[in-house]
Amino acid sequence: MTTMTSSLVRRSLGAFVIGSVLSATAFSAPASASETAGHYEVPRLEWTFGGLSGYFDKQQLRRGFKVYQTVCQACHNLAHLSYRNLTQPGGPELPKEEVEAYAAQKQVADGFNDAGEVNMRPAKLADLFVGPFKNDKEAAAALNGSVPPDLSLITKARSIERNIEWYAFPFIMLKDILTQYQEQGADYTHALLTGYTDPPADFNLLPGLSYNRVFPGHQIGMPQPLSDGMVEYDDGTPSTLDQQAKDVTAFLAWAAEPSLVERKKLGAWVLIYLIILAGLLYASKKLIWRNVKH
Amino acid sequence: MATTYDGDQGDVSRRDFIYLATTAFAAVGAAAALWPLIDQMNPDASALSLASIDVDLTPVPEGAAITVLWRGKPVFIRHRTAEEVKKAQEVPIADLKDPYAQVEGAPSDLPATDANRTKAGNEQWLVLIGICTHLGCVPKGQAPGDERGPYGGWFCPCHGSAYDTAGRIRQGPAPRNLDVPPYAFATDTKILIG
Amino acid sequence: MSHASSYEPKTSVTRWLDARLPIVRFIADFMVFPTPRNLNYLWTFGAILAFMLIAQIVTGVILAMHFAPNTALAFDSVEKIMRDVNYGWLMRYAHAVGASMFFLAVYIHMFRGIYYGSYKAPREVLWMIGVAIFLVMMATAFMGYSLIWGQMSFWAVTVITNLFSSLDTLYSGLGTTLVQWIWGGFSVDNATLNRLFSLHYLLPFVLVGLVVLHVWALHVVGSNNPTGVEVKNVEKETLPFYAYFTTKDLFALAAFGVIFAYFVFFTPNYLGDAVNYVPANPLLTPPHIVPEWYFLPFYAILRAVPSKLGGVLAMFGAIVVLFFVPWLDTSRVRSASYRPMFRWFFWAFVFSCLALGYLGAAPVTETSTMASQFFTFYYFAFFLIVMPVVGIYETPKPQPDSIADTFTHKSDDGSGRGARPVAAE
Repeated sequence: MTTMTSSLVRRSLGAFVIGSVLSATAFSAPASASETAGHYEVPRLEWTFGGLSGYFDKQQLRRGFKVYQTVCQACHNLAHLSYRNLTQPGGPELPKEEVEAYAAQKQVADGFNDAGEVNMRPAKLADLFVGPFKNDKEAAAALNGSVPPDLSLITKARSIERNIEWYAFPFIMLKDILTQYQEQGADYTHALLTGYTDPPADFNLLPGLSYNRVFPGHQIGMPQPLSDGMVEYDDGTPSTLDQQAKDVTAFLAWAAEPSLVERKKLGAWVLIYLIILAGLLYASKKLIWRNVKH
Repeated sequence: MATTYDGDQGDVSRRDFIYLATTAFAAVGAAAALWPLIDQMNPDASALSLASIDVDLTPVPEGAAITVLWRGKPVFIRHRTAEEVKKAQEVPIADLKDPYAQVEGAPSDLPATDANRTKAGNEQWLVLIGICTHLGCVPKGQAPGDERGPYGGWFCPCHGSAYDTAGRIRQGPAPRNLDVPPYAFATDTKILIG
Repeated sequence: MSHASSYEPKTSVTRWLDARLPIVRFIADFMVFPTPRNLNYLWTFGAILAFMLIAQIVTGVILAMHFAPNTALAFDSVEKIMRDVNYGWLMRYAHAVGASMFFLAVYIHMFRGIYYGSYKAPREVLWMIGVAIFLVMMATAFMGYSLIWGQMSFWAVTVITNLFSSLDTLYSGLGTTLVQWIWGGFSVDNATLNRLFSLHYLLPFVLVGLVVLHVWALHVVGSNNPTGVEVKNVEKETLPFYAYFTTKDLFALAAFGVIFAYFVFFTPNYLGDAVNYVPANPLLTPPHIVPEWYFLPFYAILRAVPSKLGGVLAMFGAIVVLFFVPWLDTSRVRSASYRPMFRWFFWAFVFSCLALGYLGAAPVTETSTMASQFFTFYYFAFFLIVMPVVGIYETPKPQPDSIADTFTHKSDDGSGRGARPVAAE
């Protein structure tokens, strides 16, 4: 009986282990082989808004906003952002008058006039950003069929693709959690903006598209938007491509989540509180149980 | 061990201190956690920012009135006749049910004279929040054929409050004069409310 | 182990109330409920789950005050909550991360139940109500995720509701008719979103009802414990729920809260998919459709089966089989601590679930499908083969005669663990 059962166990467990290993090794090999061709590993950058005490650098956001104004806004909107956000604490904190003048360049619909027509007035602080196009159809018609995505959530809506072997997966996952890797979208955005290179010799690039080493499929409708000296910074920061990409990415990261600073600040207090509370409860529990055999 | 927990003997002072500290600390945390749950119902950032609107006064002839929406509330703008202005100016404060001007942003004890409730140089224009101070109905008196009540201003159909040509409560259950919103003349024919 | 009431109303008012609505008696009895003293920290997850349910309902009711269940407004209203509503970001992240934490806790709770044989007589009904809770939780979480109306929400609803169209193979038109009834149209649209919202608001209260039944059943049969041996001497082997287990549960809850808060405040989007920050677009399917992590094992099972109807049946079967666990396990011994063979199969099962979770998110390749099929096979084999067969062939290790045996011989180290009989220390 015992020998029979133990051999049964050994055999079934053996089958399980062999099956696991076989499927796992077979699984990892072709998956990585097929993807390494043309795969660009987006590096993790240091951002002021990363980590436990992240914040937005006001000067960087102002530079980034200037990049957005000079380059991006011709095609992209920030639909979830209001003009007033540009003046609020924790953001670029631009002067109210400057933002009012910026908003007033755009017209918004506001009710109907006495003739029954849509009443247009200049945008104000309270209004949401007004985009360059009325709708996606107009954008596609103007831009050779491509629709520029809204940028107000872009750093949260993008992530990076990494070639991770199955056995490394749990460790990378743990590392990402413990180092609060929440800036994948920012890293992607920066890498994309700096990722315009010459295509490989055998690459078949469709007319009207540009080669980008980061973009999925490598053919992107947006021509290289940024280049050295493209934007003149007011604070004397050298206007390199990398600097512009970093600044506008930081600005977009702020636009995607203006509440980030408030969140991290409150979070630190909540964590400290909960750790102390857990300690006190543990001490209470020990006291209550101290004479109990269990 | 008993079947109910009845405390136990031992180092009472240290034990009690830890229990008390734990309970107090937990209570403080629970109270703090309540605040976001309550505060979320307050007007949000977008509601607070809907501050001001422009109104063009050119299409409003003498004797007529328009109603515009500001912060979700009706705002009465009446182009008063000279006679209406005179009538409003001549009322002694002692006759008023509510002697205070009720101008948003002004001192609360400002007397309810017609001058205090209008802008100097533009006395023919009266700008009021069109919500009866009794229970929040919108008084009649804006449209040409409306019942304007015994004092020629506005008349609330809900409970019969009557307001005069300066929007002051004269009769009925309403406790206060109609509120004057914060506004300014941008030009002689254009006002900015808020 | 249902115990006689020990409550005695002391004043005339409490006596008056007790004769009419014995609610104080109910609470008093609840508080002194005799609980095995050898429970380890895995038994604190019941209390953690109760807290999570309440937290989800509170944050959910608040979010519903600001959410607009309309395809044109839903996504924007979520963003408005994140940006404009006072502490809206906190409510929204606490709710989204809370769903993940709820599942994390429920999975630990369920694995604990399997390891210690908590489903065995007389706890079959307790276990089955638990499985029903799990099912309703899954439905609730799925519907909640759909409300964001991002790309992943939209395509998750499309794919999952389309599962029912597999019934067309049984009877022509049956599945299509059913799917259109679920949608309220010919595609996932406004009518769908609106009903998902309505049901997402309803189901948590169904959960509350089921939890009441779950706790009621628990109080009839009493808690299982790490030895799996029933309580023989209430005086010696149990302790009243208050204050022994209330403090223990509260400590565990605070510790769990640290993890919860860490995710809410510092990695709130780690457990979600970036694609769901793109508004729903019915014309464009994202390249990888991945459900939330807690559904991944079941999604892997769905994809492992090459036939449409077969996949759907396998996926639902993976949950339905849980209902039969009390009768599938033939062992007379409850706790895997005394089941040397079953223990290994149990850990292989845990590993399979994790592997299926990994495979559920991996892109479909021939080899990933093979692996999914292997682990799917083991998932079902664990219940349908291992549980009945091992129970018969296994020679269990000797169990202690009573719970008291496990701690009368050891010094009190206060660690709260007492699962194994300590032979020599």
